[in-house]
Amino acid sequence: MSTETPAKEVPPAGPAGAAPRRPAPRRTWLVTVCAVVGAALVGAVLIAVGDARTRAAAGYFLSYPWDTFSNAWYAVRDAYVALLEGAVYSPDLSGKGALGPISETLVNATPLVLGGLAVALAFRVGLFNIGGQGQVVLGAVGAAWIGFAWDLPVGLHLLLALLGGLLGGVLWGGLIGWLKARTGAHEVITSIMLNYVALNLLNFLLSTRGFQRPPYGQAISEQVDAGARLPLLLGSPLRVHAGLLLALLAAVAVHWLFSRSRLGFRLRAVGANPEAARTAGMSVGRLQVVAMALSGGLAGLAGASQVLGVSGSVTGSVAGTIGFDAITVALLGRNNPYGVIGAGLLFGGLRAGGVQMQSTTGVPVDLVGVLQALIVLFIAAPALVRAVFRLRAGGGGVGTELAGGWSR
Amino acid sequence: MELELRGITKRFGSLVANDGIDLTVREGEIHALLGENGAGKSTLMNVLYGLHAPDEGEVLVDGEPVRFSSPGDAMAAGIGMVHQHFMLVPGFTATENIVLGSELTRGGGLLDRRRARARVLETSERFGLAVPPDALVSDLAVGVQQRVEILKALLREAKVLVLDEPTAVLTPAETDDLMRVMRELADSGTSIVFITHKLREVRAVADRITVIRRGRVVGSAEPTASQEELAALMVGRDVRLVVDKAPAEPGPPVLEVAGVRVTDPAGALLLDDVSLTVRAGEVLAVAGVDGNGQSELTRCVVGLQPVDAGSVRVSGEDLTGLSVRQVLQRGVGYVPEDRLHDGLVGSFSIAENLVLDLVDTPAYSVGPSVDRAAVARNAAERVAEFDIRTSSAQAAVSTLSGGNQQKVVLAREMSRPLKLLVVAQPTRGVDVGSQEFVHQRIVAERDRGAAVLLVSTELDEVRALADRIVVMYRGRIAGEVGPDADSEQLGLLMAGARPQEGTA
Repeated sequence: MSTETPAKEVPPAGPAGAAPRRPAPRRTWLVTVCAVVGAALVGAVLIAVGDARTRAAAGYFLSYPWDTFSNAWYAVRDAYVALLEGAVYSPDLSGKGALGPISETLVNATPLVLGGLAVALAFRVGLFNIGGQGQVVLGAVGAAWIGFAWDLPVGLHLLLALLGGLLGGVLWGGLIGWLKARTGAHEVITSIMLNYVALNLLNFLLSTRGFQRPPYGQAISEQVDAGARLPLLLGSPLRVHAGLLLALLAAVAVHWLFSRSRLGFRLRAVGANPEAARTAGMSVGRLQVVAMALSGGLAGLAGASQVLGVSGSVTGSVAGTIGFDAITVALLGRNNPYGVIGAGLLFGGLRAGGVQMQSTTGVPVDLVGVLQALIVLFIAAPALVRAVFRLRAGGGGVGTELAGGWSR
Repeated sequence: MELELRGITKRFGSLVANDGIDLTVREGEIHALLGENGAGKSTLMNVLYGLHAPDEGEVLVDGEPVRFSSPGDAMAAGIGMVHQHFMLVPGFTATENIVLGSELTRGGGLLDRRRARARVLETSERFGLAVPPDALVSDLAVGVQQRVEILKALLREAKVLVLDEPTAVLTPAETDDLMRVMRELADSGTSIVFITHKLREVRAVADRITVIRRGRVVGSAEPTASQEELAALMVGRDVRLVVDKAPAEPGPPVLEVAGVRVTDPAGALLLDDVSLTVRAGEVLAVAGVDGNGQSELTRCVVGLQPVDAGSVRVSGEDLTGLSVRQVLQRGVGYVPEDRLHDGLVGSFSIAENLVLDLVDTPAYSVGPSVDRAAVARNAAERVAEFDIRTSSAQAAVSTLSGGNQQKVVLAREMSRPLKLLVVAQPTRGVDVGSQEFVHQRIVAERDRGAAVLLVSTELDEVRALADRIVVMYRGRIAGEVGPDADSEQLGLLMAGARPQEGTA
């Protein structure tokens, strides 16, 4: 960590000194906005380079340099307009109406918010949960199994299916925490390994009778009962479902946990200084298990919401890359529950808009992945953002805390 | 070589760590830089050594202004530094450590070990600094490791040697030896800047003394000045080095440690058959050089360190093997030696730190939530009672000075009814003003009837507070003496000499 001054002597807290040095929230926002803008600028260069007409114009750049720039401008403009339309609003598209893009954004954002909360929660307790992928898978499996195998009244069925998803994640996450508390195994290592276990467990289940859907040709699970599905919020064909409310509720719950509850107080203490927490009589190991179980539970809910809200069944790719995208969402949201909502919406929007962008302008949807990565890169290296945008350095900076903190 | 610092100002944010400091070090003199922890001594030396760029002012070598942007520049200009925490590679030999960074090579980039070894031996002989050249640094005693550090600087032709709190880790005998070396170096023309807050050593070895307080030079003094005069300069007022206290009225035994043995994972004995008893209403001080088992002893008592053999009883109840929480609940208060590491959560507010171990008690909870009003109320009371100097109880505890941080720890521990108070290094890094306060609170706790187990490496503190003194050496109790034992007697015990029973 580079935030501490090399001086051992802290100057005495005089009347003039001793102002708590925390990064101002406004500056935090500024860095985030600059990171997004910076990523868009780099993305623009990629779009221009990838555009055939711009490349052709560059062939005679010395004769008519303006052609190159105007072609590049149109390519970039069209792509970003399509991205925006696909994410937020477009007048008429595929019969889904004007709310179609927003609905898609929210559908994409829901698991990202839940997963982001999972990573953020663990990180606040000093644990780096990169096992979100495995926990999402277990959550999806748990929810799906209760969803199709059990026969229950409508409301109760959904509730228990969600609970099943939660429990799958809790088990998978709690196992990581237990291994750490019991044996000292680093959570990064064990969570990566458990990701593999979860993925192969899923593949196994998808070829097992009782889970696989007849006639057993495809690697897909049985269909979840209609009564266990998360209801659509805006009605068909808009896909946005009640999982969104679940995600928002979870954010409020995580916020309450850390700002108000006694458990959250202890969890934060363990995250900020485990030695002091132990000396104050807290059981650090037990709290780490609890944190990982809660974190896993949130990731499990992300999986459950995918199955019960979107697909209705489990396939090998049910988890997509949610578990890993969640890490970037938490990073962008600075481990703050409401920041995670914002970051989830941003990345969800990029996802939804990326599809639109590809279909109307031919710019590959992979650009969205590049943008995501660049945003996080700029956030993690704030000195870079400051140099590019000429921001004044603010003591310590939020990014150093993140970039350094994550590698602990 | 003459070194001059002129008008050095260094700010960290709104804090002025050095404020227009002037300092001249003449050739061949031992110049003591005296000041409390946090006065700005280390910051000043880091400026000199090129680790910090000064905001104002300049450094002159032989009258020429110089600008150091890295320790390499400073070394090239003939300035060497021995840090308080050694910068050595434990798995390397003394010779390898000494030449590290300026290795002698033969053709093809190969190390020339033989020549390196010869140079080390030659330098160590020239300055009377005996060092086994082929021993691994991890096998060397602390005092010898320090010599390796000094040799490292000398081999780079240091003309000015900065020693940052060099005696903090040494036994009295090693300290005497270091002072002899310092004197020899000075006589051979090397200038020495001796950073310390220990008055006795300054008077013993310095040629000139500059006193720094709150980032400013507040005066210079001759080594003939009395300890009281120097202390008054350091803290800006008259300081009483004795604590007012009535004779102890010991009650029944509270803490009974019997035959405790602790081994580290490598098999070394950290505590070797330690037994002691502390009665209600008395202070038992454990003296000794850092690292002789005192920390382990306190950790065993509060349950942080499992014992391999023996037992710890408080008021007759066996606490061996109980969790820290259970021990604390039975009326044990613990002030750990490293506040920011073990005692406080730096990023938490003062109010939160004041309830760190109490947040689960009914007084501070409403259902599953923290009763924030109660926490704030408690903070307001403690801040007033313990005179914690802060603008707000919501400020992060890491923004407080060392003394005020210690008050937060004390305030928290003393807010429970205590049968036993375990205090380790209560005034380490604490300004002298707060030291008095901390001492008074400890004595008050004793007078209230608590048993106090005090661990300290500061002999003045031990003598001021103790009703009985035991000395630890290499994990054993080396002996017990009364509170009026003289320094020599304590020093001998601390260095491992057998007490002369009956004859003294």
